Amino acid sequence: MSYDSVRGAAPAPTDAAASWRGGTPVHDRSENVCVIGAGACGLTAIKNLREYGFGVDCYERETGVGGAWNWRHDRSPVYASAHLISSKPFTQFPDFPMPDSWPDYPHHTQVLAYLERYADHFGLREHIWFGTEVTKVEPAEDGRWDVTISGAKSGGSDRTQRYAAVVVANGHNWSPKFPTYEGLEDFKGEVIHASAYKDAAQLRGRRVLVVGAGNTGCDIAVEAAQQASRCWHSSRRGYWYAPKYAYGRPSDQVNDTVLSLRVPLRMRQWLFHRTMRRTVGDLTRFGLPKPDHKIYETHPIANSQLVYYLGHGSITPVPDVVRFTRDAVELADGRVAEPDLVILATGYLPRFEFLAPDLLNVDAEGRPRLYLHAFPPAYPTLAVTGLLQPDSGIFSLMHWQAVTVATWLRLRESAPERAASYWRRHHSDVSGRFNKAKVKQSTRHWFEVSHVDYLRAVEKTLREMEAGQ
Amino acid sequence: MSRTRIFRWREWASPVPPVQREVLTSQPVSKGFGEIDGGRPPLLFVPGFGHGAWAFTEKWLEHAAERGFAAYAMSLRGHGDSGAARHTTLRAYAHDVVQVAARLPRRAVLIGHGVGGLAVASALARYPARAGVLVSPVFGGFATFATALWRNPAGTLPAVFGAQLRLRRGQLFGRELGSSQAREYAARVTGVSAPLALWQLLLHRAPEQPVGDAPVLVVGSPDDRIVPLRALERAARRYGGAPLLFPGMGHDLMLDARWQEPIDAILDWLDKPG
Repeated sequence: MSYDSVRGAAPAPTDAAASWRGGTPVHDRSENVCVIGAGACGLTAIKNLREYGFGVDCYERETGVGGAWNWRHDRSPVYASAHLISSKPFTQFPDFPMPDSWPDYPHHTQVLAYLERYADHFGLREHIWFGTEVTKVEPAEDGRWDVTISGAKSGGSDRTQRYAAVVVANGHNWSPKFPTYEGLEDFKGEVIHASAYKDAAQLRGRRVLVVGAGNTGCDIAVEAAQQASRCWHSSRRGYWYAPKYAYGRPSDQVNDTVLSLRVPLRMRQWLFHRTMRRTVGDLTRFGLPKPDHKIYETHPIANSQLVYYLGHGSITPVPDVVRFTRDAVELADGRVAEPDLVILATGYLPRFEFLAPDLLNVDAEGRPRLYLHAFPPAYPTLAVTGLLQPDSGIFSLMHWQAVTVATWLRLRESAPERAASYWRRHHSDVSGRFNKAKVKQSTRHWFEVSHVDYLRAVEKTLREMEAGQ
Repeated sequence: MSRTRIFRWREWASPVPPVQREVLTSQPVSKGFGEIDGGRPPLLFVPGFGHGAWAFTEKWLEHAAERGFAAYAMSLRGHGDSGAARHTTLRAYAHDVVQVAARLPRRAVLIGHGVGGLAVASALARYPARAGVLVSPVFGGFATFATALWRNPAGTLPAVFGAQLRLRRGQLFGRELGSSQAREYAARVTGVSAPLALWQLLLHRAPEQPVGDAPVLVVGSPDDRIVPLRALERAARRYGGAPLLFPGMGHDLMLDARWQEPIDAILDWLDKPG
């Protein structure tokens, strides 16, 4: 059995185990790189590593590409009506545009079609082992990694393979974050996380409380406004709800026009606030709290319809949930809502169970502390990509992260001394925030980045590594 | 290696307006078992000013398909059966090429002729093509302008003031092509109403280096009456090579009497291992 013969990769090793680890054989994959996950982030990692000449083995526990965007996957968070919140130029990979014929804000099924096309166009599927889960990633000698996999590829049992480098692209929108509430267990209504919300039919004729004013929470509240018999929308603070269009163009394109002129943050905040006042107006008249922060200080919410339905009285804005009782939900301002369905749009948490926390330099609060949010300071051949919460589309950021990883791994091979000195100078710096705005505290704020600040840092890194190459 | 460029503010903040694009194709025919195209990459032919996809469907497209390549020809905006858009710029042409290339089933080879060569050169910086071929590429500049003015003042001069650019039969074809055939082709060549793009041709910056290390071949004729030999050599030098020359032919290599020689040379180059 020679599974290697089908790979277009580096010289295929024989199947015989070259070494052992704790009594189990380790199969050497020589200079190949292991990519974990075949979602958008994993796909662009394969594509760019291949372009830089690396052999790649990618492991995907689901049976198709697309990760979170593949609605067939159990862990996919998308719901039937999900549309992008960043317009096409910010959503697509920089070197593979979405079709002109698609709308400014494509539907989630189009995103999946796009990712499938990307995989086929660049011939990525032949490097992916589907239905195969990575269970353990451990450092081996010489900066190499032992990756233990289980599933279709290993015939159901565990198998350990040794790689020159590992790129972790497992995504961070698949493990739901459940808040705890007093009395939740006694509540007789239905309580689901937004990840279990799939279709507006779930809301029809019911009394719905949506908790959370992120982009998902707002989308579901808007659907509930149209389908449910009653809709409460609970948010912990006042937010800025950016319309999807402004000045006749997608708002993010207007935003980047201003950014391209290098207008300082305070001026941009003033411009945004002024535009909002002049167009949408004061949202406190609908009963929403006044935002306690300036724009760009929380993850941006792009939703034109929420305000529309607030104005039609179809959504009742309410503050934080305090506790649940048998029949009702008590709110922070003393009001009581009596929903029969509660949807917790409270987000997702990143998880890396196959990696020991110290490998990712995880701090006391459980956050990986990485150079450029990608490189652990102690392990030059390990990288995490896609662990970002940008104020724009994430695909292009993942693309440039993948290019940076590939450039870095090449530099280590071609100029080890320069690479070592580069590493000493930069990689211990895990303090970069890549966000000029003072981001409000939340469980995800630590990887909330401004796409411009982050890409500037990546560009600087790439230029420095490319110099003299 | 070229400097990586991440920031493309204009692409982000003011994307090129979309148009409908004409794409014609000729597919190889199966000769028994195995993949029809033998793993060969698809080819995308991009015509230049005044020409539509027809310029390639005439001879080259079918010939490439016969040699086992899935071949496609497109028309840039404002040409052939593609839609027109106002304020057409060189950026819009490159956008058209990348849009069509990204819709092809696999990583494609981009083959551009004339100004289509410049569009391909720019597209190579935005899309990791398998390879690029520039056929009689018009990279613009004052020497090209002066040549055009000298050979065809009546068609060129009005374009300076925003009117259409009109190409003449004498600029496009060599002497070997029969005059009736040349007249027939020339009648299909349209005027070019893209004043912005024409001005950009004079003043634009050199295209960026290709991404993904795509190899680039420059093909042309020393007897081209639009692109001087020196311009061909300069274009080839940008990609670290020398132009492949076909003496005696005119600017329109794909329509001229000996059209088969250049396309065979291009396909041989693509078939060459490594």
